[in-house]
Amino acid sequence: MGQIKLSQVSKRFGEVEVIPPLDLTIEDGEFTVFVGPSGCGKSTLLRLIAGLEDITSGHIEIDGADTTYVPPAKRGLAMVFQSYALYPHMSVKKNIAFPMRMAKVPLEEQERRIAAAAEALNLTDYLDRRPGQLSGGQRQRVAIGRAIVREPQAFLFDEPLSNLDAALRVGMRMEISELHKKLKTTMVYVTHDQVEAMTMADRIVVLRAGFIEQVGSPLELYHKPCNEFVAGFIGSPKMNLIKGEEAAKHGVATIGIRPEHVDVSSTEGTWKATVGVAEHLGSDTFLHIHGVPGCDPMTVRVDGELPVKHGDEIFLTPQLDKLHKFDAQGLRVD
Amino acid sequence: MARAITQQRKVINTAAAWAVGLLIFFPILWTILTSFKTEAQAIADPPIFLGFDWTLENYTAVLERSNYGRFLWNSIIIAGGSTFLGILIAVPAAWSMAFVPSKRTKDILLWMLSTKMLPAVGVLYPIYLICIQFGILDSKIALVFILMLINLPIIVWMLYTYFKEIPAEILEAARMDGASLKEEVLYVLTPMAIPGIASTILLNVILAWNEAFWTLNLTAAKAAPLTAFIASYSSPEGLFYAKLSAASTMAIAPILILGWFSQKQLVSGLTFGAVK
Repeated sequence: MGQIKLSQVSKRFGEVEVIPPLDLTIEDGEFTVFVGPSGCGKSTLLRLIAGLEDITSGHIEIDGADTTYVPPAKRGLAMVFQSYALYPHMSVKKNIAFPMRMAKVPLEEQERRIAAAAEALNLTDYLDRRPGQLSGGQRQRVAIGRAIVREPQAFLFDEPLSNLDAALRVGMRMEISELHKKLKTTMVYVTHDQVEAMTMADRIVVLRAGFIEQVGSPLELYHKPCNEFVAGFIGSPKMNLIKGEEAAKHGVATIGIRPEHVDVSSTEGTWKATVGVAEHLGSDTFLHIHGVPGCDPMTVRVDGELPVKHGDEIFLTPQLDKLHKFDAQGLRVD
Repeated sequence: MARAITQQRKVINTAAAWAVGLLIFFPILWTILTSFKTEAQAIADPPIFLGFDWTLENYTAVLERSNYGRFLWNSIIIAGGSTFLGILIAVPAAWSMAFVPSKRTKDILLWMLSTKMLPAVGVLYPIYLICIQFGILDSKIALVFILMLINLPIIVWMLYTYFKEIPAEILEAARMDGASLKEEVLYVLTPMAIPGIASTILLNVILAWNEAFWTLNLTAAKAAPLTAFIASYSSPEGLFYAKLSAASTMAIAPILILGWFSQKQLVSGLTFGAVK
């Protein structure tokens, strides 16, 4: 139903090529996340799919139909914006009703869908309020409600949670994931936050400077990043990348080891090093360690109960089966 | 200590503001006062400020001599009509400049404004001839069009600045929600821009109401608005200051009242519905 297929899609703003020609297929019902550092073209790509920007070349198919030159409203997509983009002069109810009013949905059906959406999003008590009288989280729910009632072929989310505070963000993340499980509609979600990407996505598309670096499930990207960029971008805290002599011992230019794949001992190990900062999170402790050749500082994740402090001398041993190897071009070597 | 200084500043600022305000308002006040004097008191030297015999005789004389209602009606039609037409043209124009700007948008805006710097008298002759050609000299329709064209740059500029304040994402949301261009302008843009549109309308009505050059030069009897009504009390019969003042007061009263009331409306309008 809601398959989105991009073939050789590119976008230029004047002389600047923001998106070089790329191919991508987003399967029906899939939750796809576009992730990448700011300025990587992820929002532009979403806006191309939405039809809010004209593509420079290539084709976009939605549900098998060529929609390259179809106006946004006719693509059967619903979008949730970073700034919520609610209509400030309309009540919550009218905001949610707006797309149905435009589509001339019969009034009874409108009422039914509004009631259902309000129920699902806990907005029933706020239907008569204006957006200005709501909190950030509630506004975001109204924006989602407005998207749901259209019963679109796919939902597009443009960094919808970045204006919310941390606690609310975690909650809304869950709600959007729940919504996807319930509706089983295609969702395309743009974020710069790799934690959001990892926790929500069926499939992640990692972008850099308009190029697709890698496409895969969260765990695929975690276990088998195809290059140094993806290795460094996916996973929190970041993977430790070690260059020089230590890497040469494994016959490559760079080796990578995740903070959680380094064993710590007080008596013996591969590298002898000093603890810089120890961040105690309770369940875990992140150690920033100095003295490992080719990687300073190295981040190591240890059990929260481990008694380590600034200045302690410890020994580190990477788990060799969890080691990632990259060649001089930064590409993965297996 | 700091508070005391602020308090003092406040008093000084308030006093200064009142002084400037009164200075600006004084000619209007003087006109209104003069309209209640006799002709002799009006030209008395030294001038009498308040201690004169208040009389309504000037108003009765003015109303007897001229058909105030007709002039008023012409003014309403000309100011209202030109404003309505101007808004109708300027909303889509400002929309396109604010939301789908081209490389030349800024140039066009500046060029439009530059037409305001052209001395009106420079085009009086051609416009006069055009009016004769079309047989619309001394007609309200001619003045509606001319005043609309003269004020159009200002309307477009004002609306453009208001529209620029509206986040483009909201209009994109409307587009995603299936609104056609017409619906987007009608249901989303215009309601959000109402405070801006209202103040533009008000300003434009005032400008058109006060416009004297074209209204005096292109009208005679049929389409003459209140500006001509005032002018008819100046020189020809010698200077009847009191009657001239009465005529002026009657001419500015409607717009003064409109301004007074809509000002309050606008202030409350400007604090409306800001999201985030």
